[in-house]
Amino acid sequence: MAVCIAVIAKENYPLYIRSVPTQGELKFHYTVHTSLDVVEEKISGVGKALADQRELYLGLLYPTEDYKVYGYVTNSKVKFVIVVDSSNASLRDNEIRSMFRKLHNSFTDVMCNPFYNPGDPIQSKSVFFCAHTLSIFYVTIH
Amino acid sequence: MSPAQWDLPPELCCRPMAFVALTGLDVVYNAIHRAIWDAFCANRRADRVPISFKVLAGDHEYPKCRTKRTSYEWYIPKGILKTGWMNKHLNLVPALVVLFYELDWDDPQWKEKQSECATKVEIVRDKFFSHRTSLQGRNTKVAVVLIQKKTPLPPGEDLVASERASALCGACDLSGKSLFVLPHTDHLVGYIIRLENAFYEHAQTYYYNEIRRVKSHKEFLNKTTHQLLFVRHQFKMGFFSELKQDTQNALKYYRTAYVLINELRAHETNMLEIKTMAGFVNYKICRLCFQHNTPLDAIAQFRKHIDLCKKKIGSAELAFEHTAWMSKQFQSFGDLFDEAIKLGLTAIQTQNPGFYYQQGAYYAQERKQQAGQLCGHEPGVGYPAPDPLETASGALDFYGQRPWRQGHQSIDPPDSEKEKQGILALQVKERDVLHSELIIALLSNAVAQFKKYKCPRMKSHLMVQMGEEYYHAKDYTKALKLLDYVMCDYRTERWWSLLTSILCTALKCSYLMGQVKDYITYSMELVGRASILPEEQKSRIEKNLIKVLMNEVPEPEPDCDPVSVKAAQSLWSDRISLAGNNEITIEVQDYAPFVQCKAKFLSPSFHIDEPVQLHVYVRADCPHPVRFSKLCVSLSNQEYNQYCLLEDASKGKDILESSSQENMCLVPGKTRKYCFKFVAKTEDVGKKVEIMSVGLMLGRETGRYVYLTWRGGWGDAASSHETLQASRCFKKRTRFPEQQVDWDTVSIQSSTMIISRVPKISVQLTHEPPTLTNEMYCMTVTIQSEEGTVAKDLKLTAGLKPGQDANLTQSTQITLNGSEVCDDSHPALLPDIPLGDLQPGQKIVKPLYIRCVSTGSRILLFHVAYSVSATVEGKDITCKCHKDETVTVETVVPFEVAMKFVSSKFEHLERVYVDIPFLLMMDILSASPWPIELVNSEVQLASSMTAIDQPMSQVEGVTLQTSECASECFLLKCPPVQNGTSTVASGHYIISWKRKSASAETSMVRTIITLPHVMVENIPLYIHAELPSFGCVRESLPVRYRLENRTGLVQDVEISVEPSDAFMFSGLKQVRMRILPGGEQEMLYNFYPLMAGYQVLPQLNINLMRFPNISSQLLRRFLPSRIFVKPQGRNGDTSIEAA
Repeated sequence: MAVCIAVIAKENYPLYIRSVPTQGELKFHYTVHTSLDVVEEKISGVGKALADQRELYLGLLYPTEDYKVYGYVTNSKVKFVIVVDSSNASLRDNEIRSMFRKLHNSFTDVMCNPFYNPGDPIQSKSVFFCAHTLSIFYVTIH
Repeated sequence: MSPAQWDLPPELCCRPMAFVALTGLDVVYNAIHRAIWDAFCANRRADRVPISFKVLAGDHEYPKCRTKRTSYEWYIPKGILKTGWMNKHLNLVPALVVLFYELDWDDPQWKEKQSECATKVEIVRDKFFSHRTSLQGRNTKVAVVLIQKKTPLPPGEDLVASERASALCGACDLSGKSLFVLPHTDHLVGYIIRLENAFYEHAQTYYYNEIRRVKSHKEFLNKTTHQLLFVRHQFKMGFFSELKQDTQNALKYYRTAYVLINELRAHETNMLEIKTMAGFVNYKICRLCFQHNTPLDAIAQFRKHIDLCKKKIGSAELAFEHTAWMSKQFQSFGDLFDEAIKLGLTAIQTQNPGFYYQQGAYYAQERKQQAGQLCGHEPGVGYPAPDPLETASGALDFYGQRPWRQGHQSIDPPDSEKEKQGILALQVKERDVLHSELIIALLSNAVAQFKKYKCPRMKSHLMVQMGEEYYHAKDYTKALKLLDYVMCDYRTERWWSLLTSILCTALKCSYLMGQVKDYITYSMELVGRASILPEEQKSRIEKNLIKVLMNEVPEPEPDCDPVSVKAAQSLWSDRISLAGNNEITIEVQDYAPFVQCKAKFLSPSFHIDEPVQLHVYVRADCPHPVRFSKLCVSLSNQEYNQYCLLEDASKGKDILESSSQENMCLVPGKTRKYCFKFVAKTEDVGKKVEIMSVGLMLGRETGRYVYLTWRGGWGDAASSHETLQASRCFKKRTRFPEQQVDWDTVSIQSSTMIISRVPKISVQLTHEPPTLTNEMYCMTVTIQSEEGTVAKDLKLTAGLKPGQDANLTQSTQITLNGSEVCDDSHPALLPDIPLGDLQPGQKIVKPLYIRCVSTGSRILLFHVAYSVSATVEGKDITCKCHKDETVTVETVVPFEVAMKFVSSKFEHLERVYVDIPFLLMMDILSASPWPIELVNSEVQLASSMTAIDQPMSQVEGVTLQTSECASECFLLKCPPVQNGTSTVASGHYIISWKRKSASAETSMVRTIITLPHVMVENIPLYIHAELPSFGCVRESLPVRYRLENRTGLVQDVEISVEPSDAFMFSGLKQVRMRILPGGEQEMLYNFYPLMAGYQVLPQLNINLMRFPNISSQLLRRFLPSRIFVKPQGRNGDTSIEAA
């Protein structure tokens, strides 16, 4: 299911990026990076028209032949990106939403950690984060 | 097969238009015919009917029509669509043949011409039909156009014409609708447009019939053997509908065709044919959807098409054919999409042609990879002979078939040996395809699109791919150019993983091209903290970097093309042997190299008598220690640079050799600190010294070296963010052992001020504020030296501090001389009053006098400057010191003077009367907080006033305390004035005063006050009384009233005295008299007081007959109204008097 999960800082550099080890890591990095074009566009669009709307989920950013890229942006403009295999047609929108919610919760946990300096890359050994993101991957594998 | 075998045929991609053939026109030699032809085909605008015209000879051979079969029972189709079919109907088989013939209705040789025309029609017809009566021929109609010289008459009027027309129709076997007349007159284009509209109608009928004809075949077909024909017929109907310009129906037929194609039994032998046709039909559908402005339908159709065909790979040995086809599908859809956008469609960021080009490029890359795997034959395997791809006609009969087994439709190939040869031939051909060119073309198309739709990151990504493709294509220059262009985007966005990957490719390119500078730059970044390479890779790159710096050939990068490596090695050896071009300067702010630097002044300002201290911190992130040969700081004043320089003394030695100066070796992860000190120049006092740059030299000055420069003394592409993060971090820092510094805690101070030495003198001011307006205010400046040596050239600048209200400058004067009174010629600021030298402990007292003309507060400045010699770091310098004292002084008015005119009875006067005395009263109210001594006062009268007696100051020598008041008055009178009344100036009042101060001698100030103007009036009659100053009860009081006529007229005056309780009187009670001009009349009364105390005198009523407006009230003001009456003394009155 999810083949790549990324947390991107407000300034658009990666805080955390993890993909299934079977495929090229670099490819996913590029996919996530290019998807930021759409995220930026959507955020600026929201700023103009729907300022009061508190929808954080940005939906499908763009489809490629093999993957679907979904986006989510927190109020502090930290972005989450989840890449899903295109062949997986059974994945519903609300499942993606719940993945993002989980990711957001675990990110909040990381931010609450007094030893974490906001803006630093999130270490994958971070207990809070790992448990939740692994569960996303876990859901995705089964 | 050409390399463009996957391109769609042009006849598929064009817009089909009805084909009409024109015969009988000689466009080469006949000018009229030429003009007609031009009118048909030149400058066709969009609003003309869609027809493609062609001029053909009268006896042109049209494609033969095959005999139509009556039964399909035993017919097995050989393929889906013949390759020539579309072209045939577009360009070869006309919907209408038009015969042009020059014939006027009144032609003298009508009969002969008519039969010639009929023959020509016959010839054209013969080309279509072998037997005229046969129904199996083409449905193409023939039309005749008569080119006439005369303008025709309106229909019905020319009887000859209608008669001959019907005769001609009969002779040519034409219907009346197929005969046209074209008068060759001025309105040629108009006639032509009418003609072509008629042709268009004929053509539409033709294509309509063609569709019906194809449709009629359907009933003969069966689903088992004629599957291919179902597709073919739907396609043909679609195509004819397009020719008929019926795009809605065309789309319907094509959609059916597409469904039918997917129902075909697909196997390895016909997979290519099915895909080819599916691609064609899909192209037509998408094209029509875009044309109908339903782009979403087009996209949906294309997605469906791709999903259906993605898995139809076909022969595994020819897998590259599938990817090539897929690539082409995406590309042609991208082209269609782009074309639609050019015609006005709006695309969005997430749905634009770029994505299709990009996907096309992916498939092209996959094709290249598969070609690499499948076509890697042994060198001995050559192209098979005879060529299995050769066909008898040189072209294929059906689209998408194999040349070596055309028309073969069963599952297994007929000849396995031929099949093998064919596949081999295709593989060998594929080997020669320039895949990179195809990929790059698609990528650059995609780049152009993403640029348009605001996808900068996607664009960068594609450019990286282009760069990598150029690298694979061994075009390293272009590769490097592209990679270098996008690198900074990834660097500024801090995507280190992507940057590292790009840098690795770029490093390979620069190695293979022997580009020393690029090689060094990329290596430095790859070794440093911005790279995510594993340690051993970094180590390898660092070793190579050191080799290059030592002017040696670096080891080749891994995974490079061995041939290119060979070439590169020789390039590098050439570079090594060549002298010169060995100095490379790198400005680090655009990179993130492995050496970091921070330079700071220890303080934001330094006094001139202390050394300026500067620390430079350097740190390396590379895996191995690195040695540098020079560290220099460039400051804004170049003269200091020599003091901020660290150089390796052991010049020319081996870079790796351990030198005595351990100091110049950077150990990974450790921060080194270098301290510099210098004495600032005295002329730099008050100036800023800035770190312009810090330079670090790696390598040897004698050999090859890299000079890294940090502009402003710190910072590369990554450091600003790192500094921010470090500042945010509140973690407890690990304690560092002594001599070591935590890099993150080093702050930046890239400039410092050189300020003057701290003065060791005291400046004291003694004065008594506030100042009084106009006074010479004394301020005493006391300067005492606390220096250890002589303070030379002491100079005092005193006065109004510059930069205040401009009016203050006008109203403030300062002088050293207290005895004179300042005026406008004195300045507001006295600059540089020389005070000589001051010995240690000596004191100078200097009084200064300031005159403030206006009130308000002023800031006064007292600036003492001097120079003193000092020794800094064993260097003698002359320091200029200065001390400023400022004081804010208020200015207030010393006193207020109120003036008024009163009558001799101290009554307030609105106006004064000529020759009648009055009083001028002055009230001086002190407003000063300090006592004021009034030295003198004086009235300077104007000519219109005269003093009655000698005016003497009555306030002379009076001292006024705060808010005390002094008054004086002067008795004055006005000489006569010209007119009855006029306003006259009174003169000036001059007060000489001084501040009464215990401490200092103050000088006198003269304050001049202008007296107010007053109104003077003539009075016709003056009356005054002469009476004693007091009376006694029951003692007679003689009163004499004197009346003066002040006019030139005789005046009648009526006088009466009113009785009073307090007095009895004798004299005229009521009298009327006449007073001559200038004359005087006396009236004598004897009043006899009856009561003691202040008593009102009997009131005198005076009535002037000539001047009724002068009331007795007014005149009475000149007379006393009351008198004090003493009580009657007892006996012994005399004794009281004596007492």
